[in-house]
Amino acid sequence: MSAPGVTERLTAFVQALRAQGIPAGPAETVDAGAALEVLGFDDRELVREGLAAALVRRGGQRAVFDAAFDLYFPAGVGVPELARDDRPRDLEQLREAVAAALAEGDQQALAQLAGVAVEMLGGYGAGSGAGGGFSAHQTLDRLQPQTLIVRVLAAIRAAGGGSDEGGEFTDRLTRDEVRRRVEDFRGNVRTEARRRAAEVRGRDRVAKHAIAPAADRVDFLIASRAQLAELRRAVQPLSRKLATRLAARRKRTTRGQIDLRRTLRRSLSTGGVPVRPAFRHRRPGRPEIVLLCDLSGSVAGFANFTMLLVQALRDQFSKVRVFAFVDSTDEVTHLVTAGVADPEHLGARILEEAAVVRWDGHSDYGGALRGFTGKWLDAVGPRTSVLILGDARTNGGDPNLDAVRAIRDRARHVYWLNPERRALWSTGDSAALAYAELVEMHECRNVQQLSTLVTRLLPV
Amino acid sequence: MGTGFFSSVDDVSAQLAEVGYLASTAVATTVFLADRLGKPLLVEGPAGVGKTELAKAVATVSGSRLVRLQCYEGIDEARALYEWNHAKQLLRITAGRDETWEDARTDIFGEEFLLRRPLLQAISGTESTVLLVDETDKADVEVEGLLLEVLGDFQVTVPELGTITATRDPFVVLTSNATRELSEALRRRCLFLHIDFPDPELELRIVKLRVPGIDAALAGSVVRVIAALRAMDLRKLPSVAETIDWARTLLELGAGTLDEQIVRESLGVVLKHQDDITKAGAGLKLDQVLDAS
Repeated sequence: MSAPGVTERLTAFVQALRAQGIPAGPAETVDAGAALEVLGFDDRELVREGLAAALVRRGGQRAVFDAAFDLYFPAGVGVPELARDDRPRDLEQLREAVAAALAEGDQQALAQLAGVAVEMLGGYGAGSGAGGGFSAHQTLDRLQPQTLIVRVLAAIRAAGGGSDEGGEFTDRLTRDEVRRRVEDFRGNVRTEARRRAAEVRGRDRVAKHAIAPAADRVDFLIASRAQLAELRRAVQPLSRKLATRLAARRKRTTRGQIDLRRTLRRSLSTGGVPVRPAFRHRRPGRPEIVLLCDLSGSVAGFANFTMLLVQALRDQFSKVRVFAFVDSTDEVTHLVTAGVADPEHLGARILEEAAVVRWDGHSDYGGALRGFTGKWLDAVGPRTSVLILGDARTNGGDPNLDAVRAIRDRARHVYWLNPERRALWSTGDSAALAYAELVEMHECRNVQQLSTLVTRLLPV
Repeated sequence: MGTGFFSSVDDVSAQLAEVGYLASTAVATTVFLADRLGKPLLVEGPAGVGKTELAKAVATVSGSRLVRLQCYEGIDEARALYEWNHAKQLLRITAGRDETWEDARTDIFGEEFLLRRPLLQAISGTESTVLLVDETDKADVEVEGLLLEVLGDFQVTVPELGTITATRDPFVVLTSNATRELSEALRRRCLFLHIDFPDPELELRIVKLRVPGIDAALAGSVVRVIAALRAMDLRKLPSVAETIDWARTLLELGAGTLDEQIVRESLGVVLKHQDDITKAGAGLKLDQVLDAS
């Protein structure tokens, strides 16, 4: 390795990636070193791509990688220098400059302005001393880039006239394009704030706390709206992957009854000695699935995601029925089927159209389970797998263990997926462990865990 | 080490552009690294962004022969690596009745009776080779084990013949649509490249290059509409292949500019699901404008 300190920097970077769930081993680090040697350090983008090729192993890890890269191999130190002398002096000038750069779509200027904005608006605490730092949230709150959209649109219209490029139809797209540019700019600001914070507080600490985890490791209970939207987009590809896995498990029949006729025919090629026995094809038993989902408050994001996922996997099952509850239970299968076209508003529509809330909108497991066993227990049969989704927080009410027992006795399997950390089970008003004694309960906090559970638990 | 096709990252971009493949920085850098470090290149990405094209372009640029292994469910050693030509061996045995068993045995397991399948072909030639293992995720897990030996050391062991080692390392490209997770061991041995949809600027250049004769303004509009579609929540997002198809269609239809009518009529070229078409129609506000006019 040529430049001094690069090896240390690289290993620290790899450590940070590991902490974020990118499993880069020593072999990858060696590859990365070799890549750096070949590429040199002249072009930062080449270094970025080179390291990504060596260290990232699958799609979806790239956002995490980029955030960490910007921390460990920053474009500069301190405030970025603007090429021009007329650095914006106050908020209004800065907004003006940002609007102009947005109108032109000038990436480089936007990156620099993000740096300036963080310097001007994002600092808190005692400057560069201990306890001080830089906040992206504060910067964006003061800058309000989303309010610039109208101004940017006007600037674009004034500059292009709109007529020479594609006519009025594409003009309608401009607003969305500008919105995306603003979103990118917000990303720039976040990157800059992280970089500056790292200068003050040390890289490793910022890397640990400030990098958003990859989508499949986001905790369901604390996912933001944007993260939930990203998860929803992942439903289709994920369901395809899970379907392949289920199909593979179904096919791998290395045991079972011997198919005598095929074994004999096969043995002819080995002189009548049955070297490779043939097994009887097992008829793919397509199981029935019943989902019973708690839709109250924070658990709803998890339940919605799982509903969509199971719905997307519906060809794998002979029947899928979905029930939702808050303090009273109702069947929502038809809503979920229709909701595939518009997953964003699925949760809201269920709360609106189905009778899941009777009283105050606090979950009442006892009442909801009683409602289910009273009215729909015949949905559960010996071929049915029941998945119960919820945090088992009864709000102090009766957990109604008898109802769970009744379901368990009828069903083929019952699994409970709990989006809370195992350590929190049966703390406060949670009856998790009481339920866990009756049915298998699994911690299911993120997409990664959910997809392993789905492939492992669902019968094939 | 390495195949030595290229001299720098810029050289990669320039050479690939000459044969009609416009590479982003990420693609060019990774291809250059794969070339220099002599490691296989694992390319993932949505369908239709040019994963297979990349291997073909590299083969054309470097003047190598392209050996392609198309993976499918149930592909096995006999299809991927090598197979003994049983029929020919039997003929040989019946033809030489008088010779001893020893002679016959050494003879029938010779090169002449070996059927070379793509993996063996790729490492046994003396000329430079690009090996394309297409849709690796479709193959079963066992085939990955097979690939490990071939890709790790570029050698194949045939028990009757011994180990065949490549005289010249091939440039290896594996593509995957990520329907199945490839094993960690296979990923370890490769450089990873995720090709995503290109940014608008690159896509515009691609359209102009692949659809000669298209009006610059029309190409610009096409790319912008595609970008808007990709921002929507659709089942299958349009990829570069669809962009090019659409541009061609519009050119055939003789459209000078895009308007609601023509977008609505030709949206089927870009989107392949009825739900998506409905949703895109709403998203682009095609209905509103038509009703108003």
